[in-house]
Amino acid sequence: MPAALIENLGRRTNNSLAVFGDFCVFCGQTFAWLARLLFRAKTWRLVLPQMFDVGVKSVPVVALTGAFIGMVMGIESYAQLKSIGQEERLGALINISVVKQIGPVLAAVMLAGRIGGALTAELGTMNVTEQLDALRVMGADPIGYLVVPRLIACILLTPILTIYSDLLGVLGGYFVSVKTLGIPAAPYWAYSDKAVNTWQILEGVWKGLFFGGAIGLISCYKGFTCGSGASGVGRACTESFVTSFLTIMCMNFFFAKMFQDLYRAIYGFQSLF
Amino acid sequence: MPILSLRNLSKRFGRNVVLRDVSLEIETGKTLVVLGPSGTGKSVLLKHIVGLLKPDRGEVWFEGQRIDNIKERDLAVVRENFGFLFQMGALFDSLTNLENVAFPLKEHTTLSAVEIAAKAQDCLAMVGLPEAGPKMPGEMSGGQRKRIALARAIAMGPKVILYDEPTTGLDPIRSDVINELILRLQAKLGVTSIVVTHDMNSAFKVADRIVMLHGGVLHFDGTAETIKQSTDPIVQRFIAGEAGDDELAWMKKA
Repeated sequence: MPAALIENLGRRTNNSLAVFGDFCVFCGQTFAWLARLLFRAKTWRLVLPQMFDVGVKSVPVVALTGAFIGMVMGIESYAQLKSIGQEERLGALINISVVKQIGPVLAAVMLAGRIGGALTAELGTMNVTEQLDALRVMGADPIGYLVVPRLIACILLTPILTIYSDLLGVLGGYFVSVKTLGIPAAPYWAYSDKAVNTWQILEGVWKGLFFGGAIGLISCYKGFTCGSGASGVGRACTESFVTSFLTIMCMNFFFAKMFQDLYRAIYGFQSLF
Repeated sequence: MPILSLRNLSKRFGRNVVLRDVSLEIETGKTLVVLGPSGTGKSVLLKHIVGLLKPDRGEVWFEGQRIDNIKERDLAVVRENFGFLFQMGALFDSLTNLENVAFPLKEHTTLSAVEIAAKAQDCLAMVGLPEAGPKMPGEMSGGQRKRIALARAIAMGPKVILYDEPTTGLDPIRSDVINELILRLQAKLGVTSIVVTHDMNSAFKVADRIVMLHGGVLHFDGTAETIKQSTDPIVQRFIAGEAGDDELAWMKKA
């Protein structure tokens, strides 16, 4: 029995390492094609429709999510801050949380669900219906033709969607705090201004670049390697979202640590209070 | 000199050996039909010819050049000589039929957009669907999709056209339309054709030569006449469409 368990564990480890190695090769090939195709007009003609799908169509869902999170943070934090007489600092708390963490992570997670799943389903269907083979036979590399434009769109537009998410999060927080809970606007914004600076806004936007890259690469890889039939495509979509989500969370932890250390090394500790 | 040579081709997927030392010479301008039961490596054989799969052992030669070991970029140039009709057509869903047919021309030629559109339209006319250009593949029937895929396969003026089960899923009339198209393209364009099929009517109609794969090896090599006269039980059962004891053994156990 233990021998079977060890064998099973070994096989699973082996398979996971093989998949990871395969993913690394896929990433390498994608970046090689990206370097080759980035400055060609033909590539950008393929990128524009993807930008519309990834960016424009995602604005409402990302913006709404951001707005509601800003509002919820206002409602949840108000009573605690009021109990210590610090409710005017609610803006600082909401806005720094939104621009540093919640805005970029939520925008990326929403994109992983909305776009990641769609990319995997599209490429997975192309895979199982031999359209990827058809591309190869016609001398067009599927990575250059399909993956590179989608990756560029994800990398460029996740930071922009992060800004939308931030903006609506800030407005949602303001609406609840000032318009509903009655915190005076002047100190609300003054404390916010003190807490949030360009560094923190750019930290979120910068993370968006990497989150977008991760979503694009994982979704396309899952589509390219999906199993046969409708169930294979469905499973690939689920795996694509789960893997993208975990990767975003994991990357966010390391980015948070890195940016905090960097900020403290340059500017020192900054208290919200 | 043969246009294509497969030399001692072997391929396995995991423990499943699909091709064992398959050697085949394919003559220019002729139509070769590859027969065989499902899972005997017919489509795998086709995919080796265009480099979609690499053999574990053996070599693939096209016009005197070995192509199984060349780089993907060089292979793209060689592939301009091939047209491939996939089993389900493999048309790009997001493009119109005309854009599908124009795709290889856009990728490989320096023709203007107007010239490409005109050439793609000619190809659609050649397969009898001149009106289909602006429609999407999803709007077409199975047979029409295969004809549009065939128009795409001939767009670059290939020397070799590979047909992967061109009549599968079609009624006998539509199947015959595809057979006639295969004959017409061979007569008009002088191409070499390799047709993988289970359809004996299709095989007898289009073949200059028939080979049969069984258990990963070439089991028969001859003409339509000689295969009909063959006394080999495996060949005869396949032609007649009769399951043998091996195929039915599971029923007796159940």
